[in-house]
Amino acid sequence: MADTLPKIIIDAKAMGRIVERIAHQIFEENGGSADLALVGVVTKGDLLAGRLHDAIKRIDGGDVPVGRLDITLYRDDLSGAGPNPLVRRTEIPFDITGLTVILVDDVCYTGRTTRAALDALMDYGRPTAIRFAVLVDRGHRELPIRPDYAGLEVVTRTEERVKVELAELGGKDRVWLLESGSDWVPGEE
Amino acid sequence: MGFVAKDLIAIEPLEAADIIAILDTAEGFLDVSRRDVKKVPALRGKTVVNLFFEPSTRTRVSFEIAEKRLSADTINFSSTGSSTSKGETLLDTVKNIEAMAPDILVIRHPAAGAAQFVADRTSAAVINAGDGRHEHPTQALLDLMTIRQKKGGFDGLKVTIVGDIANSRVARSNIFGLNKLGAKVTLCGPGTMLPNKHEALGVEVTSRLEAALEGADVVMALRIQKERQSTPTFPSDREYAKYFGLNSQVIDLCEPDVIIMHPGPVNRGVEISSNLLDGSRSVVLGQVENGVAVRMAVVYLLAGGVAQ
Repeated sequence: MADTLPKIIIDAKAMGRIVERIAHQIFEENGGSADLALVGVVTKGDLLAGRLHDAIKRIDGGDVPVGRLDITLYRDDLSGAGPNPLVRRTEIPFDITGLTVILVDDVCYTGRTTRAALDALMDYGRPTAIRFAVLVDRGHRELPIRPDYAGLEVVTRTEERVKVELAELGGKDRVWLLESGSDWVPGEE
Repeated sequence: MGFVAKDLIAIEPLEAADIIAILDTAEGFLDVSRRDVKKVPALRGKTVVNLFFEPSTRTRVSFEIAEKRLSADTINFSSTGSSTSKGETLLDTVKNIEAMAPDILVIRHPAAGAAQFVADRTSAAVINAGDGRHEHPTQALLDLMTIRQKKGGFDGLKVTIVGDIANSRVARSNIFGLNKLGAKVTLCGPGTMLPNKHEALGVEVTSRLEAALEGADVVMALRIQKERQSTPTFPSDREYAKYFGLNSQVIDLCEPDVIIMHPGPVNRGVEISSNLLDGSRSVVLGQVENGVAVRMAVVYLLAGGVAQ
């Protein structure tokens, strides 16, 4: 194996550049910041959506509405086999009908979370279009879903884990690639 | 973190953390009822049977709305016009319904202990929607949710419950919940309506409304339950209203930001005056809205089952 794990695949500088780049891509493809909305999947996608909002604002001053979406109630693995996960608050304080909604998540993996998020969004209105932005695309899709904007595409094995840390959650901005089942990351350098 | 149990029969055996977990989940469900599409697919394919052996409108409607908004299939069974009036026992009724493989039973029954009796004899999750004078846990949870929203927490809050305490399962469930979460509970009512072993409940008791209301952060009026009284416990509605009815004069003894609650249905002009009930300090309709969210949370959490 070429690399030893765990390793940092995105550091703070890279994350800042990725957010700026995706903000510019969204801005260009949309032809500005009008009729745009950002909806992040809790608990990390919503923080990234907030950063994209700030980055787009730096481009033309546009104040794109930001919402947060909890997809728990739309999951396909709610079953009678174990306790149901707690539901967190969804806040989309604007009508998404007629807007181009950028769905934001931290990692795209099997695509099942995204499927749930698409179903949930449709219950809030009829957007003109939904685009999908992620920080990390790690492959291994189980559904026909592909991000429109990906910060980093990384080849992983299914046993490995991608762990995203964000400054807002008390860590540093960085993304780790970890061994299977491991939550361990090296201490402060 | 989380609430894992087969049934919800009572507040008494719960830990404070269980209650907080249910309330946190319920906050997440408020949004579903506020949007255009008031439905999520979480409980698709699950069957909920509402067994009501006692008249109920709002609790039954609240449960049914909660279940439908979770996409569960709901079946209502009420004692009038059912086999119970033909002499079938509770156990036989439950066995028959059990054979149709429901996932959740919501049960209201005039006998204390009925929900536990059923829970011990079925593999379905059982939710107590009120059993005699025992408990009414979802009502307490929606009351606690309302208090937490308005007051931010429970620590050191003075909560006064006025009315027919001895007959009230709502009061019992609330006393257990409020005690666990750190509030101080004061009970007030005519001597005939107060419990005779209140020391065991860890609450203050008084028959003087002024003393009970002084400095209260939350006041909960209870309905006079004439249907549970074999002998009258007070001479007349007018006398009750005079000594124990809440009105805009006595309420000034409370903290200025007091909230006024009532589990409904209200006897206007008896437990509480109309202008207080419809005024800015009343949170009665907020309680009803929270009731749907709390019941969604409980049904959702129990539908997951117990970890294998």
